[in-house]
Amino acid sequence: MKILVCISKTPDTTAKIAFKNGNTQFEESGVQWIINPYDEWYALVRAIELKENDASTVVHLVMVGAADADPIIRKALALGGDEAIRVDTTKLQDAYYVASQIADVAGKGDYDVIFTGKETIDYNGSSIGGMIAELLDLPFISLATKFDIQENTATVTREIEGGEEVNEVSIPVVVSCQKGMAEARIPNMRGIMSARTKPLKVVPPVDAPQLTSIRDFELPPAKAGVKMISPDNMAELVRLLHEEAKVI
Amino acid sequence: MVLIFADHMDGHFKKTAFEALAYGAKVAELLGTTAEALVLGTVADDLAAIGKYGVKKVHQVANETLNAFDAQLYTKIIAEALQTTGANILVMAHNNTGRAVAGRLAVRLKAAMVTAAVSLPDSSNGFVVKKVAFSGKAFANVSLNTDIKIISLNMNAYKAVAGEGIAEVTQLAIMVDTPKVKVIATNKVSGEIPLTEATRVVSAGRGLKGPENWGIVEDLAHALDAALACSRPVADAHWRPHHEHVGQTGISIAPNLYVAAGISGAIQHLAGVNRSKVIVVINKDAEAPFFKAADYGVVGDVFEILPKLTAEVKKLKEV
Ligand SMILES: Cc1cc2nc3c(=O)[nH]c(=O)nc-3n(C[C@H](O)[C@H](O)[C@H](O)COP(=O)(O)OP(=O)(O)OC[C@H]3O[C@@H](n4cnc5c(N)ncnc54)[C@H](O)[C@@H]3O)c2cc1C
Ligand SMILES: Nc1ncnc2c1ncn2[C@@H]1O[C@H](COP(=O)(O)O)[C@@H](O)[C@H]1O
Repeated sequence: MKILVCISKTPDTTAKIAFKNGNTQFEESGVQWIINPYDEWYALVRAIELKENDASTVVHLVMVGAADADPIIRKALALGGDEAIRVDTTKLQDAYYVASQIADVAGKGDYDVIFTGKETIDYNGSSIGGMIAELLDLPFISLATKFDIQENTATVTREIEGGEEVNEVSIPVVVSCQKGMAEARIPNMRGIMSARTKPLKVVPPVDAPQLTSIRDFELPPAKAGVKMISPDNMAELVRLLHEEAKVI
Repeated sequence: MVLIFADHMDGHFKKTAFEALAYGAKVAELLGTTAEALVLGTVADDLAAIGKYGVKKVHQVANETLNAFDAQLYTKIIAEALQTTGANILVMAHNNTGRAVAGRLAVRLKAAMVTAAVSLPDSSNGFVVKKVAFSGKAFANVSLNTDIKIISLNMNAYKAVAGEGIAEVTQLAIMVDTPKVKVIATNKVSGEIPLTEATRVVSAGRGLKGPENWGIVEDLAHALDAALACSRPVADAHWRPHHEHVGQTGISIAPNLYVAAGISGAIQHLAGVNRSKVIVVINKDAEAPFFKAADYGVVGDVFEILPKLTAEVKKLKEV
């Protein structure tokens, strides 16, 4: 079996979110970068587990991004995976463009399973997985919490409103992964050493249009400040929620 | 024309679908055009009645195969419906169905798309919609630069106010292929309000000490008709199911009321809940970071506060 895991790079979850150049660009200075948690903890680790269960499984990683993403790719390779492919581009703001790059890599690689994360924690698009599936005319199961495979059939549990649904589908398939798929891991020394010598292929982007652009960013308005209520006066809290905030 | 894809579950429209309908009708009004709805499969709800959210027509593909969801099949049908009805803007909810089809549709229709949208479009210069970015810590204003546009509306971002109006219901004759994805089981948590549908949420963290203490959290949730949520360590320790985990790496919510009991308010937790309209924090530590993000705060022991609060909520409901 051949699995492709889509890896993206995002600011650390504690990074200060600020913008520059008239709020048109993210202020990157001082920001630590990480592998998008959904891609690392769930998509990548599940792929590694499948490989551990079946040694003939091959796991490739793909990242669309510039050379500054290479340390993140090495980190991912330290967790596992056989090789990585980076599509070399700085154009990352349009999902259609990014998905077109991944679909091109995926189409050439003859993969049985393509994993993405549920969403990136910086753009919160939740769109790339579906786009790849449509570009390749493959089934897509999103928000997966479990994934197993037997022969050519994948059994995938996905989240639905208020519960879950178990799906069955023939491979190849595209799956977006979230919590439940696997337990987060920490790379060990052997992984880190071997990651240095694993192949990281850099390929040029293919032509694809960009259908959207970001005009600018904004920060949410600051909270007015907290009103403290005495622990002995829950009647007052309920009154405020009812009369002032009007939420109950 | 604005076409709103309204999805349903167990025969009833989702709350998020009503929000999408009301939002789509408003988008149409702003652009001086009409709004129509698209329903796939069969529903128990009265289709004409969704006219009260401002749609003039409801197009239905009344094929029971479509009561089970397959993203690939849905995409084909929604795209075809958009083309037959001549719509140029497609609106849907950014719910579990929306997340599965939005990207596919953008490719199929070569349409610019914005997901997790939180504002009406600004068409003063181009077509710009505000969306959630950085997991709720910021917003991005996205320009949609194609003729056909897709907007997937974040939950609780637009109020579904029902007015008057009855929609005309028409059937769309679209071929329905055999789905490639088979649904073999559905497990629903019964008796609970789904977190993503809830207008009120009661959430608890490690301050509750153990799963055996959740009774007082559930009591408050029931009194408030609220859904239950928890912090990540609580779900990781299997005190509570994963689907209750909110935050940057869990579910992101925006209810009208979020009550956080015994949760410190780490930045990753806040990212998933900071778009809640009103936040109440109960924590025994006056220095807990959550108070900075709260509207109302109570410094005290959850084991004393929660039962008292529940009693007061019940009193309010009795009058
Ligand atoms: C990459 C990354 C992603 C993460 N994603 C998430 C996420 O999505 N969601 C999330 O929640 N966390 C997430 N975290 C974890 C986060 O950093 C915090 O560790 C976590 O939110 C803390 O959970 P807690 O508030 O329940 O526990 P604690 O931080 O231990 O806080 C417990 C609180 O309860 C209070 N307390 C204790 N006893 C009582 C009592 N009797 N009465 C009243 N108050 C009491 C304490 O004062 C304390 O403030 C993430 C972390 C990382 C690194
Ligand atoms: N630049 C990228 N390179 C590789 N994979 C990506 C990239 N951006 C997004 N993805 C994948 O697509 C998923 C969803 O991203 P998004 O649609 O932006 O929320 C992510 O979790 C990744 O798995």
